[in-house]
Parts: sequence; C-alpha cells; structure tokens
Amino acid sequence: MDKSMNVREVIKDNFNNKRHRGLEKFIPKIFLLAASLSVVTTVGIVCTLLFDAFKFFSRVPLREIFSTKLAPLSANPSFGILPLINATMITSLIAMCVAIPIGLTAALYLSEFASDGLRRILKPIMELLAGIPTIVYGFFAYSFVTPILMKLIPGLEAKNALSPGIVMGIMIIPMVASLSEDAMNSVPNAMREGAFALGSTKLEVAFKVVIPAAFSGIMASFVLGISRAVGETMIVAIASGSSKIFTFDITRSMQTMTAYIVEFTSGDAGSGTLGYYSLYAVGLILFVFTLLMNLLAQYITRKYREEY
Amino acid sequence: MISQNTNKDEAKRIIYSVNNLNLWYGKDQALKNLNFTIEENDVTAIIGPSGCGKSTFIKTLNRMIEIIPNVKTSGEIIYNDRNIFDSAFGVEELRTRVGMVFQKPNPFPKSIFENVVYGPKIHGIRNKKKLMEIAEVSLRNSALWDEVKDRLNSNAYGLSGGQQQRLCIARALAMEPEVLLMDEPTSALDPIATAKIEELIMELKKDYTIVIVTHSMQQAARISDKTAFFLMGELIELDKTKTIFTTPRDKRTEDYITGRFG
Repeated sequence: MDKSMNVREVIKDNFNNKRHRGLEKFIPKIFLLAASLSVVTTVGIVCTLLFDAFKFFSRVPLREIFSTKLAPLSANPSFGILPLINATMITSLIAMCVAIPIGLTAALYLSEFASDGLRRILKPIMELLAGIPTIVYGFFAYSFVTPILMKLIPGLEAKNALSPGIVMGIMIIPMVASLSEDAMNSVPNAMREGAFALGSTKLEVAFKVVIPAAFSGIMASFVLGISRAVGETMIVAIASGSSKIFTFDITRSMQTMTAYIVEFTSGDAGSGTLGYYSLYAVGLILFVFTLLMNLLAQYITRKYREEY
Repeated sequence: MISQNTNKDEAKRIIYSVNNLNLWYGKDQALKNLNFTIEENDVTAIIGPSGCGKSTFIKTLNRMIEIIPNVKTSGEIIYNDRNIFDSAFGVEELRTRVGMVFQKPNPFPKSIFENVVYGPKIHGIRNKKKLMEIAEVSLRNSALWDEVKDRLNSNAYGLSGGQQQRLCIARALAMEPEVLLMDEPTSALDPIATAKIEELIMELKKDYTIVIVTHSMQQAARISDKTAFFLMGELIELDKTKTIFTTPRDKRTEDYITGRFG
C-alpha cells in the first residue's frame, strides 16, 4: 500500500507492466488491418474488373469497340462504346455548367459577404442538399423538371439528357460550394486585411486576392464535381432513358455508362455472354475515368497550392 | 534652445487631429475620449501594455477597424481638414492615402512584382512600363531592390520574414501615400531584420508621416520624434520622445517606462 503511493515506484511498475506493453504492440496491428481492408477491397475490385474486361476486349475487335454502334442484344450484336462515353460526357458537361457558376458564387457569398451568423445557418442547409438520396433527384428530374422543360422546349423527349444533366448539377452544387468555400475560408485574414489596407473594395478582395489564393482548392472542387457527375447513376438511369444512339442532341434520350450497367445488371445479360463481359469493360473504363479525375484533383491541389 | 524647438514644431503641418474619439467593441469601450494630433514628417510611436488600445487606435486612423463587426465610434478624426468618418470621404480613398504595415508580414501569394503593383493596378494603372517604374521606385525606397531585382517574378513567399515585411512596406509605398501606419512591424522579426526596418523608417520619415505601434520601448526611443503612452484605452501622455523617456509628467508613464508594471 505504501509502495503504491510512491510516484516514482508507480511509474516504474507501469513501465514494467507486461499487459500494458503487449497492448502497445497489439492494438496498432488492428489499426493496420482496418486501414488495409479498404486497400485490399480496391485491389480486389480492380482485379475482377481487369480479369473480366480482358475477356471482353479479347473477343471484340478494337475497331468495333470504338465505333458508334451499340446494339448488345440484337441478333448480330455490336459493342461500340462511344454512345455511352458521349452520353456520360454530355450529361456531365450540362451538370458542370449548372454546378460551377452557382456553386462558386454561393461559395463566394458565404465566404466573403455573408455575416458569420448567416453563414452558420446557410452552410448546413446547403450541405443538406448533398444528403438527399440520388434516386429522389432522379425522380425529381423525371417527374418535375422534364415536364417543365417540355413546355419550354417543344420536341423534348420524355427521357432526355438535358433534365438529368441539370438536376445532377443541382446535386453537385453543394459539393462544389462547400469545398470551394473551405478553400476560400482557409485564406488567412491577414491577406484580406493587406488588400483592404491598399484601398481594395470587397469585390476586389474577393476576385483579386481570395480566389487566386484559393485557386487550387476551387479547381479541385470542380474536378471532384466532374468525377461525381461521371459516376452518377440513378438520376441518368431514370431520366435519360436507355436509347443507345450516338447524338449530341440533348433533347433526346441517351444512355450513359452507368445507366448501361444498371440496365444490364437488372437481368438482361446472361452470365458468360459477351453482353455480360461488356459490363466489366464499361465498369473498367468508368473506374479509370474517375481515377484519372481524382488524380488530376490531387495534382492540381499540389501544383497550385499557395504556401502562406 | 527649447523655445527654438517649439517654434520649429509649430511650423509643422497637422496631418491628423483626433477629437474626443471613443470606440466600442460591442459593449466594451476600447478607446476613451482620445485627443491627439499627428504632425507632418514625424514618427509618432505609440506604446503601452497589451490591450491598452494602441492597435485599435492605429487601425482607426485608416478605418481598418471597421472590418471587425460591431465596432462603434464617436467623435471625429480630422485628416487634412476632412473628417474621415464623413460618408462623403470614401474609405477606399482614405486607405490609398494612409498606407498600413501589419504585425506579421502578409504579402499576397503572388510574385514580388505583382505584390508591389497590386495597389496601383486595382486603382487603374495598366501601363506595363509605368508599373515597372513604380515597382522599382517602391522597392528602392523600401531598401529591397538590390536583394530582389533579379527575381521579381518569383513568389513573395520565397523571401525571408524581414524581406517580406519590407516588401509589404514597398507595397504600401507604391500608392504614394502621405501617411504610413505600422502596427508592431518588427514583432515577428529577428534583431537584424528589425534593425533594417528601423533604419528604413528613419529614411522614410523624410517623405512620409509615420505612426508606429511598438512593444519595444527601446524602439520607440530610437526612432520616434513623439511618443504616446496608452493605458486602458486612454491616452495618458503624448510628448516629445525625449521628454517621455526622461521627464514624463504622469506617474503612470514613469512607472511603465521604468518597467514597474506592464
């Protein structure tokens, strides 16, 4: 009892405690396991994709793959992937045309013009938009936005690229706005003060100092937004339909890569058929696409990061 | 001798005349009934313990204090015959005439050149040759030209702390201001960089009126003509620096400069 009251003795005992030292060694191994789990999963997915996509690429000539004729279920099937890539790019482009200007201006307002109290209310509400399940957005595009657009644009098909493109943009706004706002917010106030002290107006501070200083973060938010649009599935599957035509006409139905996968995993393609393996090929292309986008975002962040 | 000095002082033009200035942060009063004059080509040092309102005061002179929400002022600050709180006196215009240098160097994440010409550029000077000329003159006047003339296009953050601070001075000088406000400009710098800035201030006072907040009483004694002692938002004493440091009128000033409190 006496011994346990002595500080130095207790500390010494604690150092010699085997159980304590065992935990020190054992617990980090659990952490390692948890950390490697996601890496292993990713590698596993890539391997599966590569393996089955290879079967597809070895059976279908390249010239056919890079053609505009996609007819996987016809008697004489053709697997041109360009209609899918085209549709993905068009819907993503429409989405970014909506998300970038609105997201950036919202971020500017929140970061540079809104009072602290207003920002504390507005930002969480805006981020709530990001929590809406995408199926709801899809439904919203199909049953609300499309009918309105049909009134404005005669000849718009019931399933078209425009409506899901716009709604995807709306879905991505909070992401672009929130990430850009974080980037602008991390620009030190000292820099704004420096600009104000030279007689800058608020607008000048925002555009000549804050945006250039936060440039890398803003660009990264754009790229991540694009990557999100490319990978988005439910909205386009519902509202853009499944016609496999190669067209730049945004009033018509077109099928994106993700929507193609949805259609074919819902049971049309029997295991082992070419159509089945084409899913893996499309999946692989999609994966490579988003991977490149994410790498690009990282590269931009590193290359243009301002050190202050 | 003394009367001669006084005569010379009286001939100087008054740049700032502060009358009954009060300032509140929300409900807390930070400046209490200040009366103050600042004369042309003087270096006026403001000393006092932390939280005495010296930074608040200097930031009021170019209305930078208004960036902080819930700041209220009363009284007037006459700058060259005009009250700076008048709505007709644009705050941006005031700040182009009254430059400011901050506690920590805060260059923009741009090139050295772009930093110096930022002010002239936003106020409408586009001519490349003119901007280059402004950059050179300003950098020469801030004693930085020789160190950076070969790398004007490299990022300002590659400079040392002292160089960055002189760059910030150059940036302020590029606007051809009349007054330079310096808020503890050397507190983040090492002694050698500090000495350089002090040397520069002695040089700049020929052309500019300078107000400097400092924590270092030695600095105030070395470089200033007038010294003001602030305590808890009040101006206790404002006089020639020599007088303040040798024969202060107020007991509190004496206690502070002799190190008995603060």
